[in-house]
Amino acid sequence: MGKQVLIADDEPNIVTALEFLLQRNGYEVSIARNGDEALKLIEQNRPDLVLLDVMMPLRSGYEVCQMVRAREDLRHIKIVVLTAKGRPADANKGLALGADLYITKPFSNRELIAKINGLLDVHS
Amino acid sequence: MLQGWVIVLTSFAYLGLLFAIAFYADQRADAGRSIIASPYVYSLSLAVYATAWTFYGSVGRAASDGVGFLPIYIGPTLMIALWWVVMRKILRISKQNRITSLADFIASRYGKSALLGGVVTVIAVIGILPYISLQLKAISSSFTIVLQYPQIIMPGKVDAVPVLQDTAFWVALILAAFTIAFGTRHLDAAEHHEGMVAAIAFESLVKLLAFLAVGAFVTFGIYNGFGDLFGRAAGDPKLNAMMTPLDGVAGGYASWVWLTILSMMAIMFLPRQFQVTVIENVNEKHLNKAIWLFPLYMLAINIFVLPIAFGGLLHFPEGTVDADTFVLTLPMSEKQELLALLVFIGGLSAATGMVIVETIALSTMVCNDLVMPVLLRLQRLRLNERSDLTGLLLGIRRGAIVGILLLGYLYFRLAGEAYALVSIGLISFAAVAQFAPVVLGGIFWKGGTRLGALAGLSAGFAVWLYTLLLPALARSDWLPIRFIEDGPFGIALLKPLELFGLTGLDQITHAMIWSMLANIGAYLAVSVWGTRSADEHRQASLFVDVFGQAGEAGGARFWRGTASVPDLYNVLARFLGSAGADSAFNDYAGARGLTWPSDPLIADADFVHFVEVQLAGAIGAASARIMIASVVKEEALTLDEVRAIVDEASQVVAYSHRLEQKSRELEAATTELRAANERLKELDRLKDEFVSTVTHELRTPLTSIRAFSEILREDPNVDAAQRRKFLEIITKETERLTRLINQVLDLSKIESGKADWQELRVDMREVISDTVSAMDQLCQERGIQIETRVPERVPPVSGDVDRIIQVMLNLLSNAVKFCEAGRGRIEIALSERGGRLRVDVRDNGPGISAEDQAIIFDKFRQAGDTLTNKPQGTGLGLHICRHIIAHHGGELWVESRPGAGACFSFTLPIQPADAIVLPAAA
Repeated sequence: MGKQVLIADDEPNIVTALEFLLQRNGYEVSIARNGDEALKLIEQNRPDLVLLDVMMPLRSGYEVCQMVRAREDLRHIKIVVLTAKGRPADANKGLALGADLYITKPFSNRELIAKINGLLDVHS
Repeated sequence: MLQGWVIVLTSFAYLGLLFAIAFYADQRADAGRSIIASPYVYSLSLAVYATAWTFYGSVGRAASDGVGFLPIYIGPTLMIALWWVVMRKILRISKQNRITSLADFIASRYGKSALLGGVVTVIAVIGILPYISLQLKAISSSFTIVLQYPQIIMPGKVDAVPVLQDTAFWVALILAAFTIAFGTRHLDAAEHHEGMVAAIAFESLVKLLAFLAVGAFVTFGIYNGFGDLFGRAAGDPKLNAMMTPLDGVAGGYASWVWLTILSMMAIMFLPRQFQVTVIENVNEKHLNKAIWLFPLYMLAINIFVLPIAFGGLLHFPEGTVDADTFVLTLPMSEKQELLALLVFIGGLSAATGMVIVETIALSTMVCNDLVMPVLLRLQRLRLNERSDLTGLLLGIRRGAIVGILLLGYLYFRLAGEAYALVSIGLISFAAVAQFAPVVLGGIFWKGGTRLGALAGLSAGFAVWLYTLLLPALARSDWLPIRFIEDGPFGIALLKPLELFGLTGLDQITHAMIWSMLANIGAYLAVSVWGTRSADEHRQASLFVDVFGQAGEAGGARFWRGTASVPDLYNVLARFLGSAGADSAFNDYAGARGLTWPSDPLIADADFVHFVEVQLAGAIGAASARIMIASVVKEEALTLDEVRAIVDEASQVVAYSHRLEQKSRELEAATTELRAANERLKELDRLKDEFVSTVTHELRTPLTSIRAFSEILREDPNVDAAQRRKFLEIITKETERLTRLINQVLDLSKIESGKADWQELRVDMREVISDTVSAMDQLCQERGIQIETRVPERVPPVSGDVDRIIQVMLNLLSNAVKFCEAGRGRIEIALSERGGRLRVDVRDNGPGISAEDQAIIFDKFRQAGDTLTNKPQGTGLGLHICRHIIAHHGGELWVESRPGAGACFSFTLPIQPADAIVLPAAA
């Protein structure tokens, strides 16, 4: 069975690109356009991995990350934080909050897929 | 019994006894158990005032003037009543400043002037010469008379006898030797001569005893008591007249007054009196007893004067016997050999006492205040190289003693016969009285200056010379007598005994009036009209304010210089010997809780002053000053600097006030700085935020561009529709990116002030119509209507037309963006109001909430951030528009209510017509 990935980002174009990319690599994709939606879908679908943008309306990616990590039953979900902010402080913050990985935009598609595969133990 | 050898032997025996007493007293003093530390000894030593003059001369005076001999003893008694004020002050000053003599006192007071000290010494020596000659005359006369026993023959004229056969000459030499033995065996730092004081006290007793003995003998032996004696005197008309005070005295009231004043001065300023009262004083408290003991002595020694005088006058036929000799001749005539011998010894005692003390005092002055300053100045280099000068000092003193006594003898031969004993003595009194103004003025008046003192002393002494000394020489035929009778060169007004026509006075009174006038007048005039040096100032304060100061440190305050402790030790040792120097340094160190020489002493102002004072005790203040100055690199403090030092103290208070004020200002400045720092930090933070936000905004479209580009590259099998879509997105995002970059750069230029702003004539009607036509196509696509309402003509404004169009486009595109498609209506209105043009852009969109109204003009903020639909746009547009409008001097704002559309308005100021620049022809 394919792994499930949740894309949480408010930029439509980026969502489109990520969706195409992930689907092409055999992942099932669900989409959230803001932080609240992201939480709801995580709860519902229990995806294996979440691609989390930081700058989202209603609830920031950091908050979502924190809340997911706070829950015992959601601990297994991998979280990859995506952001255009590239300062070391932001990276540390993300990892400190429990993210498994931190990737800056713009990213290399190949790299992104490779990392996701690695996290989910998927060999392509 | 009264053979020559008996008399001589007895005399030497007596002198030997005096010497033994002195020696014993010195031994006790060295052992620390002084025998003169008694107020009784002190008071008796003061009685050195009574010399052979008292012994012989008062009877002589009483015999001619009756009660008129008294003023000479009333004076001291009166003066002593004032001693509580005057003498106490002099004592205190002298102790503090280690004064060694009268000349030292005066020199020290007037700025440690060596010149003044020298002048005082010269006046003192010349002035005392008559007095010394008087003593020599008394001794030799009394010796001659006693030798003639049982005959009573008056001594012949002095100059009839060759010098080497003159008793007086040998007496002078013997006294010189005796004095040298008494007073110059060693040098004492404080000029104490304990042995001398003990011997003087003893001889005061001896002369008192002798006088009382002969007085008792005459009153009760020859006659039958006071009643009998005075009764018989009353019987003689001449004697009777003498018993009434005023009639019996030549010159009447004036004479009495001046004689009293004269003796008041004498008890203070005779060098020997100054020596025993001030220099030899060991305890200020002794003064209290002396104030009543001394008058008592005076009384005792004078009780029998009148009786002896009357007794003699009654006893001897008129004119046969000199009244001066009554005390001797009366016992002789009654065959009382022992008594006569006692009287002779008494007279000898009185005379030697005077000579010893006076000569020692004078020789100290000559050494310290006359010779040493000159030597130190002349042979400065050589003297500084000699390590021990005590021998030199003692040598100078011994030489001075011999010299003074020989001079006294000389005067005796030249002028000794001119007057009776009393008159001779009064001449000396008048000389030392010249010191009264400068001393009394010096201790009570700070205004006296060195020059004033010099002037006063010189004037007074000159008058003294002219009115007293020269006439004495003239009377002895050493100067033409015409000089007295007709005045010099025949000028009557300058007759020495009747200066400027002042007649009817006895010689002494006359001399006193003129000399005091000259002295005090010159002293006051020159002092008041002159200036004082810093040294004089300091010394004046030290002297006049002596009771107000806390000890010897007073003199050190105003001094500046550098010194070394070894140098100071050497200079002190040179004059006091190393024992004396060690002892002094020990005292100094001990007072500060240190030990010398293990602890180091600091050569500060206090220390140098201490050494100088010690030195002054040995060689006088003026010489000490010279020595210290040669050892220490002293920087002379001018009066201005001294004043500056004093001012500095008072300035400290003002300065601290200013400091307080400064610190308050500083606090205020710090608060301001802190606030500015906060503002800067805020700006910095904002800048960081801006950079961070721009970074984010740039990266976001880049992300899409890259992602899609990579997708298309990797996968050639993407279907056509998707491929088109993806390429579309790439293009759009590229445009978005470009827009953003442009706007950021634009904003950056505007904010940093580096944008080029044109200032040309702008027609707003044109601007509006141009903008509307640019938006026309878009509005048609979206079905939005635009209406414009502009007046026929509007005044032009001055500005950058491109930028204004930019604003218009921004507002319009916002309006279009937020209008509902198909039903949107935009209204543009142009109006003129109060010197300004106003443009309104109204739309019928959803309107803007109050919160959004607050933020839409901020950087990167847009209305609708909280909506799920993220609108297109950078968020910078309105922010830049506001900058543009503000640059032109206008305002940009919005009015809106949610659900009722929004109206953006801006104003532009109308420029005066001539201020507008026309655009170049296109």
